[in-house]
Amino acid sequence: MLTPEQIETRLERILLKVQKPGRYVGGEWNSIVKDWEPDRLKAALIFPDIYDIGVSNVGLKILYDEINRRADALAERAYAPWVDMEALMRQHGIPLYSLETKHPLAAFDLIGFSLPYETLYTNALNILDLAGLPVHADQRSDHHPIVIAGGHAVLNPEPMHAFIDAFVIGEGEEVIHDLLEALQRHRRPQAGGQAGPAFYREALLYDLARIPGVYVPRFYRTHYLEDGTVSRVETLAEGIPNPVIKRIVAKLPPPPTDFIVPNIDVVHNRASVEIMRGCTRGCRFCHAGMITRPVRERRVEEIVAAARQAIRSTGFEELALLSLSSSDYTHIQELVQAISQEFKNDTLTISLPSLRIETVSIDLMDALRDRRSGSFTLAPEAATERMRRIINKYIPDEDLLRTTREIYRRGWTTIKLYFMIGHPSETLDDVKAIADLCKHVLAEGRKVAGMKVKLHAGVSTFVPKPHTPFQWVSCDTRESILAKQALLKRELRDRNIKLSWTDPEDTLLEAWLSRGDRRLSDVIYTAWQNGAKFDAWQDQRKFDLWMAAFAAHGLDPAFYTHRPRRVDEIFPWDHLSAGVRKTYLFQDFRQSLEGQIRVDCRQRCYACGILPTFANLRRDHPGPAWKCPEVKSPRRAEAPPGPAPTPSLEELPMVGD
Amino acid sequence: MRVRLTFTKQGPLRYIGHLDLHTLLERGMRRAGWPLAYSQGFHPKPRIQLASALPLGFTSRAELADVWLNAEVNLAELRHRLQAVLPKGIDILGITEVDERAPALQTQLLAAEYEASLPAELASRLPPRLIALLQASSLPRQRRGKPYDLRPLIHALDLYPSPDGERAILFMRLSARQGATGRPEEVLDALDIPLDDARIERTRLIFAS
Repeated sequence: MLTPEQIETRLERILLKVQKPGRYVGGEWNSIVKDWEPDRLKAALIFPDIYDIGVSNVGLKILYDEINRRADALAERAYAPWVDMEALMRQHGIPLYSLETKHPLAAFDLIGFSLPYETLYTNALNILDLAGLPVHADQRSDHHPIVIAGGHAVLNPEPMHAFIDAFVIGEGEEVIHDLLEALQRHRRPQAGGQAGPAFYREALLYDLARIPGVYVPRFYRTHYLEDGTVSRVETLAEGIPNPVIKRIVAKLPPPPTDFIVPNIDVVHNRASVEIMRGCTRGCRFCHAGMITRPVRERRVEEIVAAARQAIRSTGFEELALLSLSSSDYTHIQELVQAISQEFKNDTLTISLPSLRIETVSIDLMDALRDRRSGSFTLAPEAATERMRRIINKYIPDEDLLRTTREIYRRGWTTIKLYFMIGHPSETLDDVKAIADLCKHVLAEGRKVAGMKVKLHAGVSTFVPKPHTPFQWVSCDTRESILAKQALLKRELRDRNIKLSWTDPEDTLLEAWLSRGDRRLSDVIYTAWQNGAKFDAWQDQRKFDLWMAAFAAHGLDPAFYTHRPRRVDEIFPWDHLSAGVRKTYLFQDFRQSLEGQIRVDCRQRCYACGILPTFANLRRDHPGPAWKCPEVKSPRRAEAPPGPAPTPSLEELPMVGD
Repeated sequence: MRVRLTFTKQGPLRYIGHLDLHTLLERGMRRAGWPLAYSQGFHPKPRIQLASALPLGFTSRAELADVWLNAEVNLAELRHRLQAVLPKGIDILGITEVDERAPALQTQLLAAEYEASLPAELASRLPPRLIALLQASSLPRQRRGKPYDLRPLIHALDLYPSPDGERAILFMRLSARQGATGRPEEVLDALDIPLDDARIERTRLIFAS
């Protein structure tokens, strides 16, 4: 294993030959450099895309602080090197290393990946390989780091099951400490005083598998039916949970404030404060809205204090107040007042994304003086009443037009509207309505603000994600997506309307990876071996190579995304629970087919299952932070609920196309 | 109040460019609570002027910046507060107050001095090349497709062993006037020294006043 000094010497010879070498050297303000004392557990936290994207990831920042606060552990960071750097590193025999101390990743005890989206999977493999580690979990020994992964994508961990030792399902703030303590318990003495990881790996993994919220795939076996769907998932040892229920924190801990301040320009140059977690809107396509339940809010004073400290600690020029739906934060008016008061003498830009389509939102943005970007973003998602009912995001056209008119009238020149095509049962008429609505918004804008007004329509394509009411439906076909996009391009030719879209290849790859079963591991491995990486980057995309990888393993990608499904189909992710019942999701799906709206569940509880799952936590943490109803039933013994029941067999229609 | 900072740019910070250094100083000064004066307009920016862009990869022992503040603050206090919040690699060497109406640093710059640290075995072959270069009356070269004469941009060259004796130091004093900037890497190239083998540090900026 190379020493940090050897790595630095080799780096010096290549860094001036790559784009933006500042990505690869660390030394940022607020980065934490601790001594490599032998007893300390060393964790490498990795966002598997380039530094420019990964450095501002808040999830990893939380874990970085949690770990570094412990005297018995340290955390450092690494990111995916861009292709130019990777080529030179391989040529010069430089393994992937941490930015803080330049230790090779193989010297760490724990490697933790953040996997918020599926197109990072090949990068994770590439990073293990660049670290000189076996890519497959079953080929790693007692002297290799333990590789864990968390993030929204791993609510279906199966496609990555062959590469990751343990997945963290749900929120990481508390479970990270359970993991570190298990690692400490299972350390073994090093042969000959060598440095580097050393664990009784088998015993450790078994221990990890019994930590609530941790999924260790080697203790589960999937059985399949002849048609290729899952028949059941078997647990392979005593005490292994099925299902694995996600972890949550009952009360959001204080938000991180001492953000890493990059020395180079990156995508998000800002400090942020998460004002609330979860969302009560229940949009049926929304993965985040289903898997981050229940809603928990931070107090206004806590947010303001964190914002003040974050700006003082970083000197950033921008502050973002983050949540899935800012307008739904109970004290949003009070918060905006307090924040604008706090920073009234600063030149700070304050952003408040995810606002509801109503004129109140404009008042909020006005109070924050957000004119910097010159654009105002709204997400109607669909343009006909029928589609809005199907996806459960109901905004009448009049409300949208009233809001957009007012936005233009108050001086924003550009409005960004986000739509999604490919929703279940969508027709070309529904898509044409998107174009018509955009033109209408612009025409109305011209009446109040003249010819200078602009509109940006961002039209992405729906992916039926696991753990959502739409998990039973098919993806739109490539041909249909192309036809819909062609229609939009034809209809939206106004030079003041900018249209952007997602290529169907990107959507399909995301869909396959998000809905895959364990057999996808081989496909991912083959695709990576043949050169797939940076799949989220359009200029790096290698779609044919993915098709070839499916073919090489005798799998039809359409099986995962384009077929009718029995309503009692067991999904590859059914042994992982986000706390929301499958019966609830199915009921919601049925209501979607009938065009029935479900109102915000703050107004009425639909019994999604989150409350019974976390009833004891809820009891222990009363108060206004948690937006679900109070639990009145008596305390229950801490027994995990059984497997999620499947819908009753009397309603057994095929769904999908 | 206008203050002039002299500072180093060392370690990993040699891999960050001119604009990024500007932002880094700006953020540092905000962390330090300096009462920065901002430009007017839609995108107010703090008034900070760097004397001269340092090429990516070079370290420096002598960078200069002028900063405008909208309050009078004790210089030692300013220096202390800023140094406490700067990343490793930037050491403040000095801070002085200058006349608000004094000309911009960039316009006063005449020359810059550099030291290139070279492997000793490479240096042993250098003296004849050095002499030839200094004796030439012109050194026609091309940079980015444009022909120019390097010779008048070289004010002085010297070669001596490093303090530890393990490497050699090539000293260069090059013109740094606006529109007449000598580049150390061009001098190395003219001397047939591979850039990979050299570590270049800017050691001094020389001004008119």
